[in-house]
Amino acid sequence: MSRFRDALVAAMTLFVGRLARPRESRGRIVAAGPTDPLAELAVLGLLGLASAAAVAFVVLYAVGESTQYLGLSLGLSLLFVGAALVVTGRRLVATEELEEDYPPAGHVDDQRRVEQILEESGDRLTRRRLFKLGLLGTGGALGLALLTPALSLGPFFQTRYYLGTPWRRGRRLVDENGRPWRADDIERDDFYTAFPESANEEELGSPLVLVRLAPRNLRLPPKLKGYDAGGIVAYSKICTHAGCAIAMYRAPLFLPSEPRPALVCPCHYSTFDPAAGGTVLFGPAGRPLPMLPIEVDARGFLRAKGNFDGPVGPSWWGVRMSRANP
Amino acid sequence: MPRRLILLALLVLVTTGAASGKHLYGQYCAHCHDTQSAPDLHGVGALAADFYLRTGYMPLPHLGVQPRRARVTLSDEQIRALVAYAASLGNGPAIPTPHPERGSLSAGQHLFTDHCSGCHQVVAEGGYVTGAVPPQLGDDTPTQIAEAVRIGPYVMPSFTRKAISDAQLDSIIRYVEYARHPDDRGGWSIGHVGPVPEGLVTWFIAAAALVAVCMSVGRRLRA
Repeated sequence: MSRFRDALVAAMTLFVGRLARPRESRGRIVAAGPTDPLAELAVLGLLGLASAAAVAFVVLYAVGESTQYLGLSLGLSLLFVGAALVVTGRRLVATEELEEDYPPAGHVDDQRRVEQILEESGDRLTRRRLFKLGLLGTGGALGLALLTPALSLGPFFQTRYYLGTPWRRGRRLVDENGRPWRADDIERDDFYTAFPESANEEELGSPLVLVRLAPRNLRLPPKLKGYDAGGIVAYSKICTHAGCAIAMYRAPLFLPSEPRPALVCPCHYSTFDPAAGGTVLFGPAGRPLPMLPIEVDARGFLRAKGNFDGPVGPSWWGVRMSRANP
Repeated sequence: MPRRLILLALLVLVTTGAASGKHLYGQYCAHCHDTQSAPDLHGVGALAADFYLRTGYMPLPHLGVQPRRARVTLSDEQIRALVAYAASLGNGPAIPTPHPERGSLSAGQHLFTDHCSGCHQVVAEGGYVTGAVPPQLGDDTPTQIAEAVRIGPYVMPSFTRKAISDAQLDSIIRYVEYARHPDDRGGWSIGHVGPVPEGLVTWFIAAAALVAVCMSVGRRLRA
């Protein structure tokens, strides 16, 4: 603790001391050169363009434009910054080439000398404050542009892409021909594919796999209690590993001696337990199959009771950025 | 008098037949199926018994393994007696008589792709599911395919007439029989196992040939 305080005091002293240091006047070291207002204007213009391109990146990201435009805007911004630096270096800063042995480091006088050289090198600039502002603006805009993609790490703004599906409370489950599924149609030891009624079948969140289990064999976790309709369970048909269709159902004839019921993805053999809320039994999938709460209505049709309990589809970014959502 | 004798002999034969079914059951099946370690056979009918015995799935070598196609050790007579005995245990389904010639090949392919190919692959070559091996269907008779679809042996899903009608089943069987000898428009089928062996062939044969050609060209240029 005391060491920390010492460090703090030392830092303060250094900082304040630096600020308070009187500027003693010495003779010039760098020869005074002519000013170049045109080059300054060019640099400021280039910095402005760089800032604009960086801001464009943020805007393009926000409206979800294609990655080509994102790359173009960021590249242009960096290009303009580079051009501005080149012009500054060649036209505005005094340059001279000297060959000199390294002096022993840390000599206070030498350090001051270097600082003075630095300051005098910038003497040719007439609009220093504007220059600083321009640099600051570009730095800020570019920094913002570089930070923007971090938004893709989590659903902050567009959770619809991750959690939105056509499933709503009361929406009926239909087969691929649009015929509504009745609870009586769903038999034990077989599995069925279902889609949301009058919605886009092609959407990632649409297809379901339906299975009927004996209610006494269900071991749903507490947060999924009541998601089944009398033993009928509905899961997203899209594997959470790489997005293949769950096309295999392991339906044991004799439970005591055979592998228990499982939904299996044929691509990489991710195996999910339909009795336990779609938990992963085996394979590369990292999270359970999303489960859809369903119920049987008065006429015996299967209806959704809401949306899935988790995001549908494979777990990598951009997968749901398609424009399929209505 | 001789006619009576023949009748008597027949009667004896029939009764000993049923009796021998029960006897065979005791000999081959009872130590698992009469305990909790295997499914109860009351009500499974002739269908299931016929399938399991004629494919060699039963009797199992030991408990807890997946039944696989094996050499049938029981004689035809013994199987018939056992099937009759299993049928007499309850009111189960009879042995089906599919008519694949009535089915439609294209409908069969569609149905097979829908219901079967997830595990058995699109040309019925068999595959893998975690914890089990879906067999290839090359040796199955139409009757056995029809039986398997209705029973769902081991971890296979079972399909009722509502899910797959008898007419649809005919189409599926017709497709499975076709898939044993499909028209290989590409020429060489390489076992019909899909893109992996095809890729291997490309790499090991075509790539090697290309390299050989390049080398011979290079040698000629150098000479």
